[in-house]
Amino acid sequence: MLDGLDRRLLRHMQDDPTLSVPELADRAGMTAARAARRLEKLRESGILRGVRADIDWRALGYEVEVSLRFTLDKTQRNAFDEFIAAAREVPEVIEIQTFLGKVDVRLNVLARDMAHYQHLYRSRILTLPHISDIESLMDVARLKSQDRLPI
Amino acid sequence: MNALDQVDHGLLRALAEDATQSAAVLGRRFGLSQPAAWRRIQRLEKAGIIRGRRLDLDPEKLGFGVTVFLGVKLATKGRVSLDDFERAVTAIPEVQMVVHVLGLYDYRLRVVARDLADFERVLRRRIMTLPGVGDVEANVLLSEERRPGPI
Repeated sequence: MLDGLDRRLLRHMQDDPTLSVPELADRAGMTAARAARRLEKLRESGILRGVRADIDWRALGYEVEVSLRFTLDKTQRNAFDEFIAAAREVPEVIEIQTFLGKVDVRLNVLARDMAHYQHLYRSRILTLPHISDIESLMDVARLKSQDRLPI
Repeated sequence: MNALDQVDHGLLRALAEDATQSAAVLGRRFGLSQPAAWRRIQRLEKAGIIRGRRLDLDPEKLGFGVTVFLGVKLATKGRVSLDDFERAVTAIPEVQMVVHVLGLYDYRLRVVARDLADFERVLRRRIMTLPGVGDVEANVLLSEERRPGPI
């Protein structure tokens, strides 16, 4: 189980994932050797899954991001599995989530512009299997991003 | 910035997977010298394509067993109420993500909680009391997958 020092390490890492182990140890008030050992344990237990580069899709020319919410035809067996397998084949799909609630599956889809989005929507999204209803929400602005956990 | 080539795309994919890899390791993988790999990564960072680094933690192992997506509609609109709502909602630690959207809802929120009882507390005490909040729809996250995207 995590103790206060582990939490402190993770909090500092969340603030700045580029810190070296000695810098991190310094901020968390422990020796570098001790910090390294604790980080190793956090990795082994699967709590710390890694550090990832955050890509700005807008800077790559993807101006449009749409959140598509699907209700699936649950009378079809394997509706979820087949829908998700097909969605994985669309490169512009960057997130796939399943839910308990009014929405069954949500996809986040990138497009270069509205014309590109319209093309994707018709040729790649509406052709996904077992859709019974779709709602779309277009992202206007991200005011807070999902990185942080209140550790 | 000049158009990206296949090697840049490969580097982006590799760094999105694991941003702790050194320029030497990435260089070997993509047939570049260490300095050449380093220059390319620098270029991707300067162009803002790599926005930063993100720590990937397992929320469940840290005791956050429930993630809920909320669609929030504002009851009153107008510039002032938007500002008040945004300021208040982004300050809630359990709210990991706030996206201003166009469509059925005004905002999409991602909320983490220890369990459903904890979520209910956050919803009642923090979300429903936000200035200007109207209809709220909740969907509990069952599974989630991030895809590499169109690179």
